[in-house]
Amino acid sequence: MVCDVCKSNPATVFLTQIVEGKMQKVNLCETCSNEKGVSDPTGFALADLLLGIGAAEELEKGAVVQRCPACGFSQTDFKKTGRLGCSVCYDTFAEGLSSLIKAMHKGTTHVGKIPARLMRTLELSARSKQLQRDLEQAVSDENYEQAAQLRDQLRELESQT
Amino acid sequence: MKISNLFTSSGEWARNDGPHHQIVISSRVRLARNLRGRPFPGWAKKVDRLAILEEIKPEVQGLSELGDCYSEYLQDLSALEKQVLVERHLISREHAAKGVGSAVIVNKRQTLSIMINEEDHLRMQVIRSGLQLKNAFRLVDRVDSGLEARVDYAFHPELGYLTACPTNVGTGMRASAMIHLPALVLSEQINPVIQAVNKIGLAVRGLYGEGTEAMGNLFQISNQTTLGEKEEEIITRLNKVIEQIIGHEQNAREMLLQKKPGMVLDHIGRGYGILCHAYSMSSKEALNLLSFLKLGVDLGHFPEECQRAIDELFILTQPAHLQRASQQKLAPEERDALRAEIIRDKLKEFPKPDSSKAAPQEEPPKEDNHDE
Repeated sequence: MVCDVCKSNPATVFLTQIVEGKMQKVNLCETCSNEKGVSDPTGFALADLLLGIGAAEELEKGAVVQRCPACGFSQTDFKKTGRLGCSVCYDTFAEGLSSLIKAMHKGTTHVGKIPARLMRTLELSARSKQLQRDLEQAVSDENYEQAAQLRDQLRELESQT
Repeated sequence: MKISNLFTSSGEWARNDGPHHQIVISSRVRLARNLRGRPFPGWAKKVDRLAILEEIKPEVQGLSELGDCYSEYLQDLSALEKQVLVERHLISREHAAKGVGSAVIVNKRQTLSIMINEEDHLRMQVIRSGLQLKNAFRLVDRVDSGLEARVDYAFHPELGYLTACPTNVGTGMRASAMIHLPALVLSEQINPVIQAVNKIGLAVRGLYGEGTEAMGNLFQISNQTTLGEKEEEIITRLNKVIEQIIGHEQNAREMLLQKKPGMVLDHIGRGYGILCHAYSMSSKEALNLLSFLKLGVDLGHFPEECQRAIDELFILTQPAHLQRASQQKLAPEERDALRAEIIRDKLKEFPKPDSSKAAPQEEPPKEDNHDE
């Protein structure tokens, strides 16, 4: 049996690894096994050996690496640093973060200070949504006088924002 | 103003004249804030960091709360100057490691410091002497309100202020107090106290925050969580716990004086003896011995005026302060010799400890309403 890597020397090291239920076998000669660091089984993956370094990680994650559309940050980066890339990451990785945040904090919803400017925006957007609903209702009720009033109120609100 | 001017005078908090100053050295409250839609400093490229810095810095300097202030780019500070700022708790150890793209702004009284591009775009901190968490929060909150009108913060309707690390999300607030607990350490009650404090979601750390050793019987207590609770609630909860710890420390002092007066006298006397006569002293040893001298003042074995000298020594004997005073970089052995010299010099005027003048203990703590 010859070595799978150099294809010339006789294989003396036989490796079997089971990844996600699939068995992989590699046969190596002594020189190649030393080169690939096979003597240290912890830092070693067959997929890396056969497909190049980093392959195992890519395979493990599948084809999709989720990246933040705003800053290009990925979940792997988060695992490495424990910090996020930008404020949009909180939405991008919301699913994975929610359990983490739940475990870290007293609650899951902010109840403290809100920037004054945003408070106004948040209020205005809530009011505008309400007016929109009332307007639709008035139109469907054929109450055009009220609908006209609501439309004017909405316009005024929009001019404020 | 250049920050080198700051080094000649010590910060207001170091005067140690705030409420409960015998046990609580200082109170700090910091807020973490970020700009909307911009990469956090750790992930941002250098050009982004520089752009963010130039955007924030003029807005910060324009704040009326700052008044006259020192402002400096991190790359313009020497390693020694950065370390002095760390020893004064004006910047974090993490910030001291930063260079191009980061800055620090400190007000003249050294009570307010703002770090730009630390882990977050903005870290604003107020530090006050004694137990003044509410006052500290009030000031940092004003600064934050002033700034939010000028820059666009990253804020999430559900998660609150967004921060680089999810542990700070929500209020972005970390409130902490530095407390001196020699009697709890001597009576071996400190570990149960730390465990109890940890259990209720507060963190206990050493002198310089996360991962640092508790030296000189000094401990930092801070809130661990930032989401799901109002700022005022966090402060009130922390304040209550600290007042309880003050009570425990006072009880422990009384118990020690009743049951083991010899041990207390021995620690104070030895501390005094070694500090007065040593020719080489590490900063750890200095802190530990100064802690007993401070206890001696609290217990009335030294006149109260001595407090000031001890407080100064706590700061002046730190490695960077020492080297700055001698205007050169010193090897550890040289530092230890200089430290011993400075201490001997300062303690020349110091009377010998006299337990017959022992004063009664401080009143038990009341609500923190000693406002401005």
